[in-house]
Amino acid sequence: MYEREARCAFSRRQTSLATGQAVGSRVTTRYDAIVVGAGHNGLTSAAFLAKAGLKVLVLEKNPYFGGATVSRELHAGWIYSNCSYVCGLLRPEIYRSLDLGRHGLQVVPYGGGVGFTRDGDVLGGYVDKEVKRREIARYSSKDSDAYLRYGRDVMRQCRLVRSLLMRTPPDPTSLKPRDLKEMLYIGGEFGKLGEAAIYDTLRFYTMSIADYLSEYFENDMVKANFAGSGIIGTALGVYSPGTAYVLLHHYMGDVDGQMGAWGFARGGMGAVSQAIARSLQSMGGEIRVNSPVAQIVTRGGKVTGVALDNGDEFEAPVVLSALDPKRTFLGLLSEQSLDASLVKRARNFKIRGSSGKINIALDGLPSFPALGPNHPLLAGDMHFLDSLERFEKAYDDFKRGTWSKDPYLDLLMPTMTDPTMAPPGKHFMSVFVQYVPALIEGRAWTADDREAFKKTVFAQISRYSPDFEKLVLHAEVRTPQELESEVGLTEGNIFQGELTFDQLLFNRPFPGFAQYRGPAKGLYLCGSGSHPGGGVMAAPGANAAREVLLDLRRPTTVPGSWSDD
Amino acid sequence: MRSPRAHYLQVVKHTPFHTRTHAANQLNLWHRWRDYTVSDAYFDVALEYTALRNACAVFDISPMTKHRISGPDALPFLNRLVTRDVSKISEGRVGYCVWCDDRGQVIDDGTIFHLGQNDYRLCSQERQLDWLVRSALGFDVQIREETAEIAAIALQGPTSAAVLRAMGISCIESLTPFSISVVDLAGAPLMISRTGFTGDLGYELWVAPTHAEQLWDALFEAGALYGIKPMGTHALEMARIEAGFIQAGVDFLPADRAIRTDRTRSPFELDLTWLVDFNKDHFTGRAALLFERTRGPRYRLVRLDVEGNKPAKDAYIYDDKRRVVGAVTSSLWSPMCKASIALASVEVTRGSPSDTLWAEIYYQKELKWSRANARCRVVSEAFYTPARRKLTPPPNI
Repeated sequence: MYEREARCAFSRRQTSLATGQAVGSRVTTRYDAIVVGAGHNGLTSAAFLAKAGLKVLVLEKNPYFGGATVSRELHAGWIYSNCSYVCGLLRPEIYRSLDLGRHGLQVVPYGGGVGFTRDGDVLGGYVDKEVKRREIARYSSKDSDAYLRYGRDVMRQCRLVRSLLMRTPPDPTSLKPRDLKEMLYIGGEFGKLGEAAIYDTLRFYTMSIADYLSEYFENDMVKANFAGSGIIGTALGVYSPGTAYVLLHHYMGDVDGQMGAWGFARGGMGAVSQAIARSLQSMGGEIRVNSPVAQIVTRGGKVTGVALDNGDEFEAPVVLSALDPKRTFLGLLSEQSLDASLVKRARNFKIRGSSGKINIALDGLPSFPALGPNHPLLAGDMHFLDSLERFEKAYDDFKRGTWSKDPYLDLLMPTMTDPTMAPPGKHFMSVFVQYVPALIEGRAWTADDREAFKKTVFAQISRYSPDFEKLVLHAEVRTPQELESEVGLTEGNIFQGELTFDQLLFNRPFPGFAQYRGPAKGLYLCGSGSHPGGGVMAAPGANAAREVLLDLRRPTTVPGSWSDD
Repeated sequence: MRSPRAHYLQVVKHTPFHTRTHAANQLNLWHRWRDYTVSDAYFDVALEYTALRNACAVFDISPMTKHRISGPDALPFLNRLVTRDVSKISEGRVGYCVWCDDRGQVIDDGTIFHLGQNDYRLCSQERQLDWLVRSALGFDVQIREETAEIAAIALQGPTSAAVLRAMGISCIESLTPFSISVVDLAGAPLMISRTGFTGDLGYELWVAPTHAEQLWDALFEAGALYGIKPMGTHALEMARIEAGFIQAGVDFLPADRAIRTDRTRSPFELDLTWLVDFNKDHFTGRAALLFERTRGPRYRLVRLDVEGNKPAKDAYIYDDKRRVVGAVTSSLWSPMCKASIALASVEVTRGSPSDTLWAEIYYQKELKWSRANARCRVVSEAFYTPARRKLTPPPNI
């Protein structure tokens, strides 16, 4: 559907879009700024620059835009959220500033979540907090009370992180007034946490999710229920240090002020990129699909434009790359043009793929006997690992170079909430799968691997939903290999680089490049590889635009963060 | 029997008195008290309040969180938990108390019922199982939440003793404030404590849920001649402010729920210095509170008599120099005092009885908003404490 809309939106260039061929042999249009990659961050950067009056062009290699924030119709009548599938992190400041509501975006909360146990029980994460408490109390009454303490401590840390999302990380080695001011700001926010939470912060950023949860909970199922958020998209196990932060990254969002809540973008995640694109276009910005960029052209240390695979060139004094740091530094730029240690840093950047995705068109609503019919949590996210040991074993498979044979799934049926994604009575099932390696025992994925992987995931679902498999009409299987080849995420890492402490804040993606500026004058990084990282947050894109406007000495169009107090 | 996992089908539970409270609730006004639904008002808030101060009123307190603490170390455990000396609460007695975190900030307030040897009940506003279990490390105690196992009801007001007398409960004559007695209610034990949240003569009655309806019926039968009425939370709220009692989540933020850690209060800052006993053995928060005693607290809780007739709801409190020094946490037009009264938290440098404070009150009459700056007098005692509250034997009316 959105593919078609994307085409309609650019009917002027319909011929060129459909064929991928350039009109004429050489295009030499000049722009004020060019963005490489039309994912949600690239589009966001472009929109804020267009808002400032710049003539902006976004170039996208695929015949559709959105990057990993897409809705595609691969089976007639079914819209998939092909990559990202839930929306909670998108910064409300950006939503409002780009008028995304008026441009068609609607984010609706969805109802809760549920973990299934092997013995046929469930742990329901009900929306109602008292019902949720009673549910946890079925496993441990102490844990049901401890959940309040857990929620409080996580929220304290979330407040700290949230205060930094819409800001450029300071360079701690710099004596520039702005860096000093920002360091003081961070210090101030840190200080505001209060004694106990200050101590906790460093522990939070370095602990494993298993250790962290053990400080609150005694029951293994209760721990397993919360552990998933600590490993999603991350090539680490629940016992690996650093995973506690990943959980935080998944808790810091909100839907209409409900901190930690997640929602659906009505019409699938493509609705997010679609709305940002419409906002961009309403301010005169252009998007060209079928336009893979081969390289960023520089002259004398300055950016002059980009060259496409087909030889077309576009000129601009400012180029923003929404691609991940590896693709930007080692692909769009040539290694030979960079300093030696920078090449090493870019090569060493941790961007291990660890997850896959299966999108499924269902002929009807599958039953989950442990829930029973008409259960409210059929509309929630579903998980199937009931102990930390199973999580760790799933990671063991990954370390051995294969996908988890008892995988962690984050399974949702958005059609339980969103009526636009499948015909009435039919369903779209989105299944996120952890762990899935970029290579199988060091070699590329084969069609057989992919089929066997699908079988593993289907078997996991069928264990809890016996009639699921016979309802499957179509399935799109995406291993890290497809995420790389189709979406352009190196190794299939959904965050454009792991969210570990060594790659966060002023070290994201690596020291010296955390303020969105690349190695050439006029080059900027605006993807999730930059602060504050992955997820459909749009903050990296907005922050990068702010830096561009600062360098151009133009008034900023990028909003600051709203105060939480 | 329905599967225990089907509990979600009933989001809000009924208290053991629900058949009776539901039948009495002419206004169909309810609110949620954690797991349960309870009446905000039954027929008229002013008349329910009047019943309380003029005759007697019944309030369903079953949802109040109750923990049973027993075992050889029950006393040392409780003494380490709360700031006052629990060894002074003898068997058959009840004590009001607060407990703090390591920083000396109040987690909650509640009452300890000394039920028997090494056997206590702790009633609290908030759920405390997590904190109690963590505090029990190193102690030989058993801790169990028993909220759902006990039906409880408050009978408060000047004729409350008369109602119990009419029910044939003779121990009422000798039951002193904060004492417990157990009598027989048609073959089941009925525990009576002379306690309450109204600042008036009154009792709380504790019974097995199976006997709840029977207790309600017996009260209303005996109370018919003594003006007994059911009372909802609105009327109770009026009474507790007149009595000057504080409430967790309203007048202070429970320390273990605080996301912003500077929002909490110590016992000193809640005018509860009398509950802190540094002469007993170690208790959680002791060192922090000793330090605070030396350094001085940051805030103080004040009771304000507000000039004029407008309730000072959510009002900022200013000093003489028009500087904001605090805010009102609870406020009321008091029918007993015929005064606008309030509880407020103010900076410790202000609010001594000789100080003049000002409340900035916003109010509207027929949709027109107005602002009043009302002079506030700091009062040192509860706004309303009738003598009958403390008399033993209790007066009949």
